[in-house]
Amino acid sequence: MTDDTLLISMVVLPFVGAIIAAFLPTMARNAESWLAGTVALAALGCAFLAYPAIAAGGALRAEIPWLASFGLTLAFRMDGFAWLFAMLVSGIGFLVVLYARYYMSPEDPVPRFFSFFLAFMGSMLGIVLSGNLIQLVIFWEMTSIFSFLLIGYWYHNASAREGARISLTVTATGGMALLGGVLLLGHIVGSYDLDEVLSSGNLIRNHPLYLPALILILLGAFTKSAQFPFHFWLPNAMAAPTPVSAYLHSATLVKAGVFLMARLWPVMAGTPEWFWLVGVAGLSSLLIAAYFAIFQQDLKGLLAYSTISHLGLITTLLSLSSPLGAVAAIFHMVNHATFKASLFMAAGIIDHETGTRDMRRLSGLFRFMPITATLAMVASAAMAGVPLLNGFLSKEMFFAEAIETHVPSILDTVTPYVAVIASLFSVTYSVRFIQAVFFGPPPVDLPRTPHEPPFWMRLPVSLLVLSCLVVGAIPGRTIEPFLRLGVTSVLGEATPEFSLAVWHGLNVPLVMSVIALVGGALLSFALKRYLATSRDGPPFFRRVKGQRIFDRLMALVANDGPRFLERYLSTRRLQPQLRLLVAAAILAAFLPLWRQGPGLGGLTFPPVFDPIFTLVWVVGTVCAVIAAYQAKFHRLAALALLGGAGLSVCISFVWLSAPDLALTQLLVEIVTTVLILLGLRWLPKRVEGAMPVPLSLTTRLQRLRDLILAVLAGLGMMLLSYAVMMRPAGQTIGAYFLERAYTEGGGTNVVNVILVDFRGFDTLGEITVLAIVALTVFALLRRFRPAPDSIPPPMQQQIQRKFDVAAPDRDDGATLTDYLYVASVIMQWLFPIVIVLALYLFLRGHDLPGGGFAAGIAMTSAFIMQYMAVGTRWLEDRLRVLPLVWMGFGLLLATATGLGSWLFGYPFLTSHSRYLEIPLIGEVPAATALLFDLGVFSLVLGATVLMLIAIAHQSIRRIGPARAANEAEET
Amino acid sequence: MSATILNWSITIAQIMLGMAMLCTIFRLAGGPRAQDRVLGLDTLYVNAMLLLLTFGMRSGSTLYFEAALVISLLGFVATVALAKFLMRGEVIE
Repeated sequence: MTDDTLLISMVVLPFVGAIIAAFLPTMARNAESWLAGTVALAALGCAFLAYPAIAAGGALRAEIPWLASFGLTLAFRMDGFAWLFAMLVSGIGFLVVLYARYYMSPEDPVPRFFSFFLAFMGSMLGIVLSGNLIQLVIFWEMTSIFSFLLIGYWYHNASAREGARISLTVTATGGMALLGGVLLLGHIVGSYDLDEVLSSGNLIRNHPLYLPALILILLGAFTKSAQFPFHFWLPNAMAAPTPVSAYLHSATLVKAGVFLMARLWPVMAGTPEWFWLVGVAGLSSLLIAAYFAIFQQDLKGLLAYSTISHLGLITTLLSLSSPLGAVAAIFHMVNHATFKASLFMAAGIIDHETGTRDMRRLSGLFRFMPITATLAMVASAAMAGVPLLNGFLSKEMFFAEAIETHVPSILDTVTPYVAVIASLFSVTYSVRFIQAVFFGPPPVDLPRTPHEPPFWMRLPVSLLVLSCLVVGAIPGRTIEPFLRLGVTSVLGEATPEFSLAVWHGLNVPLVMSVIALVGGALLSFALKRYLATSRDGPPFFRRVKGQRIFDRLMALVANDGPRFLERYLSTRRLQPQLRLLVAAAILAAFLPLWRQGPGLGGLTFPPVFDPIFTLVWVVGTVCAVIAAYQAKFHRLAALALLGGAGLSVCISFVWLSAPDLALTQLLVEIVTTVLILLGLRWLPKRVEGAMPVPLSLTTRLQRLRDLILAVLAGLGMMLLSYAVMMRPAGQTIGAYFLERAYTEGGGTNVVNVILVDFRGFDTLGEITVLAIVALTVFALLRRFRPAPDSIPPPMQQQIQRKFDVAAPDRDDGATLTDYLYVASVIMQWLFPIVIVLALYLFLRGHDLPGGGFAAGIAMTSAFIMQYMAVGTRWLEDRLRVLPLVWMGFGLLLATATGLGSWLFGYPFLTSHSRYLEIPLIGEVPAATALLFDLGVFSLVLGATVLMLIAIAHQSIRRIGPARAANEAEET
Repeated sequence: MSATILNWSITIAQIMLGMAMLCTIFRLAGGPRAQDRVLGLDTLYVNAMLLLLTFGMRSGSTLYFEAALVISLLGFVATVALAKFLMRGEVIE
């Protein structure tokens, strides 16, 4: 396998696995686990295979050009540091899959779990292996989204939903800040390529935009790594299933933040800004979270706060800007991942086997599960930093760094003290974890009788704990070469000499360790009484909750703020809104005219004066003006007048030699009239006497103002269009199309050739939008609740029905059967004829006026006629009207035609045209564009029919409770 | 000679059709009843169709006849819909 495929398959495989996992049956727990496990192992295997090349020096790179002209390529890059992380992500991922197989209960829908899990793993590998900063941010956001889905996996649980929401809000906001920071960084360097960014450290640090970029990037990293003050999402995320917590909060999600900081450490660290920003966040997280962790009663809560504290430790190490600090930080990332994953799994086992995670209820479990207890003890000893375990090594390095002076300041002075205190706290909570759960009297009234978990569930924990032990005891033989590889890839030539030995002699760090261990143990015994019964959360700080502040902030942003703005800057009334809108439009059009001069070129009338055309326009104008006048109270009259105005527009198109437009416009005109009529039925009726007569002065003035506004807007439009039309035509694109339509598109109807060939991609987009609109209309109308006064059948129908019922020789509904009898028979007979018309319009479209759109509308009117002639029920009993199917077919056909040209090696939507010799008929033009046009036809037909029918169906809808109550009231 | 006759008759026909359209405006805009307006619109459609035909004759092109065809075939749909709305209060039941 080449390096390219190796790298790309590492990222792609989990996503492929996720898609497959999503489609497996709900109960397939074993199949899902096999799949996920295989994928994780495959990623691990890829990392193994890549090791020789990376150990030989240098990074592997794979690039897939995407938009090369914009410098956007999919770049994957793996150096030692990325390799270390890829091993952690895939290795711990595999162990978690194994664990999850036994943790998830048979009732849980596992496809969703494993699908999200694999997709998350893929995103995390994507972050680690990205060779391009923008790409890194995209994968970063994907981890936010998938962690949201994973944390909210048990969405029937309110706290899971809450936790997922908070984590998404915090991490995604941070992600947006990160995007801004990365864009700035790319701007400074001139490239988003990681290699180039990493090689221009001086440029970045000395650039005026360094500080904003730093702040934005750190915001991203701190939110992801749950650093103070953004730490509050992490404890809330503990509502997730434990395998998710074990994965997200040990090796992956929260590590992404420190990973990024370490990745950019060579180019961004070393300045006072970095020291202060990162140092303050790191130290405060380290100390505060360790303190909070002591007082948690929930096992996972304790681990969550301890995670924040350990991430704070890593952040602090990174803040020091010393190469040895960075070595310690990277080392601790690995160590923390191993012991924290095993601790989370142990906590999950305890929860699984006893039914509770509350430390006040748990006690003396050692006698029930000695093996698990031993494993957990070793792991928490590693967390506490007990010698001979891996946590001890990195903590010693931390102490050694803390006592060095890096930047003379108060922060630097307090660091060693804070380090010792935080470490003391961490010993306290580690001891508490073990002592409260495994020792003491046997537990009483637990939900389940505790016992050892199945072997395979314990195996991941055992492996992780074993690695803690081995690394802690013989670091030089196990982790050192890999660590050195990772560190060298980050630090380059600045890599310091370091040795991982258990015994460094009697020195200050050792003394600090001893103080922490002894002090922590003493503190835990001192607090034992209190903690056995205390409430959740640390004393004094119980009430100060980051989450509550966050909720306040969210309420302000999402609710109170907009309300405030609405009250003082906006209105709910339509009229003022419209007034403002029109006024703003007038102003926007007027300003450039005023500043640049109108440029109308003198008002001259066209030299040729056509009396007939003028007459048509007089008719149209009168219709339009009176329609506007009548629109408020006489809707039907206004509609008829609009029909007249529309007609004169169609005639104008003919007069100005645009038969295509005229044809289409006519068809649209007819269908629109019916559509509006359908809607009129549901509009509220006119309220008589709403206005006092005579009108008050203010009303009159208001109307005058609106009139002036309307006239101004109309005049403006007129002037603008006049100015545009009187301009010399100039070099337009029209000539180009006229020239090429036949030679390249194979059609003489230029409009149609443009639509289906030259601009086929636009048309595809447009019909897609049309489909979306139709579906939206359909969806909205399904929930349509008419106004109370339009719920009963219209007045006319009530009167006719009364007459029918009262007359002795008539049945109920007799009016409907006789009504418009001649017209309805004609309309029924017209059905095939209109279909022929549509077919005709469609087939000749490529060469003469017509085309898929016009044909679709003509076909729609055929359907409308049938509906009007015989009514919905009768028709739908006899004719299958499937607008949704037509729409889907149209969209698929249009896309497939476009894709078809790929088969012949042409770009998307290339059209092919030729003439076919058909016996009897002769030469027939045949272009692939015709197929595309068929798609347009089918979609237009489907969409229009869907919308019309959706409104028409309103009147035969099942009588809802409201309508029934209304009718009961009448009788 | 015949061309002149045709030319003149088309011009006269167009002017008369234009006047007829103006007349329909009175019904369309003035009413008084809604039924009058609907009839006015229908007449307007018929006149427009004829006007398009004369226009086609004058320009010597058959391209414009499709528009006339569409009016004659489908123009009444709007009229029927309006009539039905007036009579039953609903277009499709």
